[in-house]
Amino acid sequence: MKYVDEFRNPELITKAAEEIRRLADPNRHYRLMEVCGGHTHAIYRFGLKDVLPENIELIHGPGCPVCVLPMGRIDDALAVAAQPDVIFAAFGDMMRVPGTNGSPLEHKARGMDVRIVYSPTDAIKLAKLNPQKHVMFFAIGFETTAPSTALTLQRAKLEGIHNFSVFCNHVTIIPAIRAILDSPDMRLDGFIGPGHVSTVIGCRPYEWIAKNERKPIVVCGFEPLDLLQSIVMLLTQLKKGESKVENQYKRVVPWEGNRAALKAMAQTFQLRPYFEWRGLGFISQSALSIRDEFAEWDTEQRFHVPGIRVTDPKAAQCGEVLKGVLKPAQCKLFGRECTPENPVGALMVSSEGSCAAYYNYEHRKVNLLTSISV
Amino acid sequence: MGADHEIEIPPGGCHMCLAIPGKIVEIASDNPNSALVDVVGMRRRVDLGLLEDDRPVPGDWVLIHVGFAMSKISEVDALDQMRTLEMLGESEAAIQEVRGYGLEEVADKQAP
Repeated sequence: MKYVDEFRNPELITKAAEEIRRLADPNRHYRLMEVCGGHTHAIYRFGLKDVLPENIELIHGPGCPVCVLPMGRIDDALAVAAQPDVIFAAFGDMMRVPGTNGSPLEHKARGMDVRIVYSPTDAIKLAKLNPQKHVMFFAIGFETTAPSTALTLQRAKLEGIHNFSVFCNHVTIIPAIRAILDSPDMRLDGFIGPGHVSTVIGCRPYEWIAKNERKPIVVCGFEPLDLLQSIVMLLTQLKKGESKVENQYKRVVPWEGNRAALKAMAQTFQLRPYFEWRGLGFISQSALSIRDEFAEWDTEQRFHVPGIRVTDPKAAQCGEVLKGVLKPAQCKLFGRECTPENPVGALMVSSEGSCAAYYNYEHRKVNLLTSISV
Repeated sequence: MGADHEIEIPPGGCHMCLAIPGKIVEIASDNPNSALVDVVGMRRRVDLGLLEDDRPVPGDWVLIHVGFAMSKISEVDALDQMRTLEMLGESEAAIQEVRGYGLEEVADKQAP
């Protein structure tokens, strides 16, 4: 098929696929969760489901920061940005995400000053270029982007940039995994661990999953071979009855993580008592707020933020899909009321959300690997 | 970013989650946290503040997230990562990301 030639080492992919078939017990159904939205995207893009035996099911986890952000947080930020002389700065990923009265892009069309930045430090630069205005940076992401926001806040304080603040929506991955494992209707056999988040946090924070929950977890890269090798590693553990943390993505992820990044986060952020996740509800100690030492640069401490809450429509079954109880297409709204163009639920919002990925790739049915006989 | 601040949303997956490989060209003499980095022939300043425990030097390869070098990697792995982005259909988005760093203040320079 079209993409097969692009794969490095197609013979290794065939070998890994054969190994998976050899290891998988035909009398057992395996449910493995890939936590990271980047993995979900890769799995659909490469059509990996088509090389896996039917009794290995991949469940798409909560690791898409755009998807899990409650709509009320966007409404809150837009309410601040509606004040005079405020510039709303955010990554491009946020621009089409709907708030109650439209996305940031739609607000821009109505006259709001909305800018894309590619790095949080560029939001500081924007503030320097616009000394008469206040630049609010809409910070979002897991531990992959949180350290960059932390250093940006430290720089703003150090340089005395007073017309700049951060509307902090950073979340942390471990409490979300815990919430999924604590859910009574959850049934998982193991985890494909996030790659880039682990560059920062390392592998130790996953040890409780292996020790206490007795589930194997393998930190994984983003190529087809990485994903298949990680599944081999998970199946090998399951066959032996083991549950360990393993690192398949050693070429990028150090076991201890990035200490400088963790230090920057600890100096700048503290855990919120609780935070709402779209699809999962309130999860305690799952998000970061800005420490009082940086209060001047915290949008939520500096401005009146209305604290808007918008509940997802009851008919949207995002929580069930997130926990792997339902497949995306089994949700009542999938592909009808809820599409990538008009997302109702969290998982349709970003292209890395499991419903959007399923929608975008399933109808194209790119059986990328079907020409490799397994 | 143009004078009228027109917004073009690049295609592809979640851009803030992209890890983009780049080669350190030089480190600013007045700021050890600011490095000029080459990403497929395009040069931009990236922040080295998150690698203070393991400072890269010119010639080293790093993975960049939202304008910050997050980890040092080997040249082989850097080239592999560029290929991964291509396979994922994200190389164009990655280039657009890098082009955006510094509010596009720095003119594109071609690598020698």
